[in-house]
Amino acid sequence: MRKNQVAVVGAAETTELGIIPNASQLQLHADAALNAIADAGLKLSDIDGFATAVETPQQVCHYLGIKPTWVDGTSVGGCSFMLHVRHAAAAIEAGLCKTVLITHAESGKSMIGKLPRSTPADSLNGQFEAPYGVYGPPSMFPIPVLRFMKTYGITHEQLASVAVVQREWAAKNPRAMMKEPITVADVLNSRMIAYPFRLLQCCLVTDGGGALILTSADRARDFPRKPVYIMGTGESVETPMVSQMETFNSSRAFKTAGPLAFREAGIAHEDVDHLMIYDAFAHLPLFGLGDLGFMPYEETGKFIADGNTRPGAKLPLNTNGGGLSYMHSGMYGMYALQESVRQMRGIAPAQVPNATISVCHGVGGMFAASGTIVFTNER
Amino acid sequence: MAEPQRARPKPTPETQHFWDGTKAGELRLQRCDACAHVYFPPRPFCPSCASRKVSIFKASGKGFLYSYVINHRPAAPGFTPPYAIAVVELDEGPRMMSNIIDCPQTPEALELDMKLEVAFQALDDKITLPVFRPAKG
Repeated sequence: MRKNQVAVVGAAETTELGIIPNASQLQLHADAALNAIADAGLKLSDIDGFATAVETPQQVCHYLGIKPTWVDGTSVGGCSFMLHVRHAAAAIEAGLCKTVLITHAESGKSMIGKLPRSTPADSLNGQFEAPYGVYGPPSMFPIPVLRFMKTYGITHEQLASVAVVQREWAAKNPRAMMKEPITVADVLNSRMIAYPFRLLQCCLVTDGGGALILTSADRARDFPRKPVYIMGTGESVETPMVSQMETFNSSRAFKTAGPLAFREAGIAHEDVDHLMIYDAFAHLPLFGLGDLGFMPYEETGKFIADGNTRPGAKLPLNTNGGGLSYMHSGMYGMYALQESVRQMRGIAPAQVPNATISVCHGVGGMFAASGTIVFTNER
Repeated sequence: MAEPQRARPKPTPETQHFWDGTKAGELRLQRCDACAHVYFPPRPFCPSCASRKVSIFKASGKGFLYSYVINHRPAAPGFTPPYAIAVVELDEGPRMMSNIIDCPQTPEALELDMKLEVAFQALDDKITLPVFRPAKG
C-alpha cells in the first residue's frame, strides 16, 4: 500500500470510560460513533464504509442508521481495529468507499448486552486446552512468559516495572482508571492471579468504546481536525491456541505485522517518536520491543526497568497508561489507536513534544493475531 | 446440584483416533509420509507440506516442561487452585497443553526443562486425558 494516501479525520472515545452501568454495549458503539462523526464535522449520511468486531456490521449499521457500500467484520480479538484501519485504507485507495467509520465498544465490566464468549467442547481449544483448567485470559496469556524470562534472563522485577512506568503515564491522564503511583514492591506484593503474574500485571476490566473515521488524504485537508496519515500497516495471525505458538521466545504474528508496517512506512526505529504496544499483560511490551526490532529481547526488560519508556525519556511507550492503568474493556486495540491519533494531533493529556511518527501495535487473542499501524502528522 | 465439572473434550472425526489412543493408554501423534513432519493437534493432512498421506503412531510419551502458569484465580470449574497449566514439549517435537501430576504445584518444584512422562487420567468412560508427571530416573 502507498503511504500517506489515507488519513484519520475523526477520532473519539465514548463520552464516559470506566464503569458505565447506564448503557448497553451496542449503545456504547453508537456513543463512540456519534462522537467521532461530530469530531470530523460529518453527518451520518456521509459514512459509506463501516467496520467493527465482535458485534456484526449489520447490527451496528442498523442501530446507527448507516447504509454502507463497504463493510469489514474482521474479528480477530483486540487488534481487530488495527486490521480495520489497514483494510479501510486499502478500500479507500481502491475507490470502494470514501469515508469509513470503525467502531469498537465493550461492556466489559457491566456486561450489559455483551455477547457471550464460549469455547465449544468439540473445537480444538475445547479439546486440547480447556480440559487443563484454562479459564479466561489471565490463565492463558501469561503461559509463555516463564520460558521467555528463562531464555532472555528477564527478571520478575523488570516485568513489575512495566506496570510501574505505565502508572506514571496514567497519572498524567484525567481519564485513566488508575492514577495512584505504584512501586515494584507494590506490584510484587499484589495478589497472585496466575504465577508469575500478579494483579497489577494484569489489565483492567472496564466499559467503553471508541471510533475512528478515515478518508483519502486529499479530502482530509478539508476537515476541521489536523489529519493523521496512515504511513504503514501490517497484519497477521498465528494460532488460537497459545500452546501451539511456534515458540514462546517471540510472537510470529508480531514479527510479521510489525516489520511489514515499518517497511511500508519506510522508517527506521530511531524515527519513532511515540510507541503503543497493546499491554493486556505486563510481558507484551517486552515481546513487542523485541519482535518489532527495537532491541534484542535480552535488553527489553532492562530497557523498561531503567526508565527509557517513562515520561520525558527517549521512547515514550503506552502514554495513556495502557491496558494496565488507562482502561481495558476486553479489546483494547481501539484505545491504543485513539492515543496514537491524539499524540499525532498534539492533544494528548501526556503529549510527547514535537512527535511526528507514532507506531501502534496490537495483539488479538493470546498472541493469536496482530496488527500494526504507523501514523504520521506530516505528509 | 452436581459439582461443577472440568471441561470435557468432544472428539471430532479428525481427532477421534487421538482420544481412542488415550483411552487405550497411548499418546498418538501423526507423521507426514511425504516430509516426515510430526504434528499436533490431529488433522488428516500435513500442516507443513499439505500432503494428505499421513500416519498415526504411538509417541514415546516423554518430553520436558516448556512453560507454565500456576493459576490462582479465577479457577476453572472442577479445579482447586493453585494448579499449574503447563505446556509440554514432546521428544517427537510437538507441544501440548497439559497438567503436571505427582508434583507440588509450586515454582520451586516446577522447574522449566524438567523431564516429564505421560500418564492417563480417565474423566469418564469416553474421555481419558493425557497428563504428565516428573520422569523417573
